[in-house]
Amino acid sequence: MSYTIWILLTATLVGINCGLVGTFLVLRKMSMLSDAISHSVLLGIVGAYMVSHQLQGVSMLIGALLVGLLTTFLVQLLHQKGVQSDAAIGVVFTCLFAIGVVLISLFADRVHLDVEHALMGEIAFVPWDVLEVCGQSIGPKAIWLLGFVLAINIFVIVFAYKELKISSFDREMAITLGIPVVLIHYVLMGMLSLTTVASFDSVGAILVVAMLIVPSATAYLWTDRLSVMLICSATIGVLASAIGYMGATAFNVSISGAIAVSTGVIFFVSLWIAPKSGLLWKWIKKSPA
Amino acid sequence: MAHAALPGICIAFLLYGQKSLLVFLIGAACSGYIATVCIQFIVKHTRIKEDAAIGIVLSVFFGLGIVLLTWINQHEGGNQSGINDFLFGKAASLTGSDVNVLTVTAVTMIITILVFFKEFKIITFDRAFAQGIGVPVSLLNGVLMFLIVSVVVIGLQAVGVVLMSALLITPALAARYWTEKLEWMTLLAGVFGALSGLAGAYMSLITYVPTGPLVIIFATALFLFSFLFAPKRGLCSKIIRRHVERKKLRVKQLMYERGEQL
Repeated sequence: MSYTIWILLTATLVGINCGLVGTFLVLRKMSMLSDAISHSVLLGIVGAYMVSHQLQGVSMLIGALLVGLLTTFLVQLLHQKGVQSDAAIGVVFTCLFAIGVVLISLFADRVHLDVEHALMGEIAFVPWDVLEVCGQSIGPKAIWLLGFVLAINIFVIVFAYKELKISSFDREMAITLGIPVVLIHYVLMGMLSLTTVASFDSVGAILVVAMLIVPSATAYLWTDRLSVMLICSATIGVLASAIGYMGATAFNVSISGAIAVSTGVIFFVSLWIAPKSGLLWKWIKKSPA
Repeated sequence: MAHAALPGICIAFLLYGQKSLLVFLIGAACSGYIATVCIQFIVKHTRIKEDAAIGIVLSVFFGLGIVLLTWINQHEGGNQSGINDFLFGKAASLTGSDVNVLTVTAVTMIITILVFFKEFKIITFDRAFAQGIGVPVSLLNGVLMFLIVSVVVIGLQAVGVVLMSALLITPALAARYWTEKLEWMTLLAGVFGALSGLAGAYMSLITYVPTGPLVIIFATALFLFSFLFAPKRGLCSKIIRRHVERKKLRVKQLMYERGEQL
């Protein structure tokens, strides 16, 4: 398959993954936590490298999962002890990120991880980093990683759809129904960490945040139903990555940046034309016919 | 805020053509202001909550900034090394003139805060009251915003994008544990920031590790120390106080029980 298709496929997978997880983040008002986890995951990647001495998929996923859960746990702890939640997030993730950067510069000089790379990502190099089985290439590593995470995400969402739904919309009711709310919170954060680390290497930390929040918020403008919102936000993610990639090749600029911008453009358009909550319709309704 | 400043800096660079702190500052202030307006607009006119709105605006602005940055790298050539350093921060690459700028900013900051201290205090704690007694709230808000943006832009080149936000939050949060008064909190936050900067830079000289992260680690250590050991609000003193109260209560209960028996 050609270069372009692999990149598009990667971006599409990132879009679907982030769209699914992001929906729950937006509904639970935890958008800033995604920013935090996308940065602190760096520590997980470095830690995994130091333990296993390779940048392979599985060890990276485990490291990121652990650090993601650690971030969530620390934020929760500080918040319970009376620190404001946004300040708690700010302290925890910057500290973990700083430790990650220090560890990189101390022990892992030879790895291709650097801060710039982490922030911006290099989706353009994805097709060359192929996975080989029995000497035969079966497609880029990133695609397998993303596909694997997507399978996990879909499995969890289908399996625990009702629980996720109730605990996102009405926490008190979920508790009285005996749904393990705290467990679900950590499962969701685990999914977020996995998604982030899988997307991280190919698209960078900032784009992960853009892809998590913006398509889901856009979908939130379009619909009131959770199931529709999930599909809608995944579709918007895919659409944005296609538009972004075309824009990036046309103007020869950073692909991940262009995708982030195109999610912004889609959001802006939806802000006006979305049914019911769109500003244009509101404005027409208000002015006397 | 640090992320939203990026496109402004890039546009300023495109228009002006070379690295200049003042022009960057103006550009960053403009795009930071636009970002704030966008966030308020989204929160006001849709049902999207504030945290999601901040996430949307910041990440899209940063994406735009990166697009512009790669555009600059391709079209301007040669001159872009300065702007890269500027964004990711290298304390070691600071020159004498940068230090001068930093000193001037610090002094301006201190003077502004001293002059407007009462007004800042009122609008921070009770905005409606400030409006009621005729304090120009939106103007002062603008001044405060401008202070934040200029600190961020100038600090960027010393410690980089991510760590800038940490330096804004962590020392202030640590100071909060030691005092209830804004005067002391401001002073303490400044001292904590200076201490962690000093310690971080010194450690970085010894261990050859980047300065920025070390500064943040020291700031976080200070925060943890305050969180655990501060008098009154710290975790340890709370536990001790609870223990003492419990003992007192037990003694009282014991006395009541004895009293009933007699």
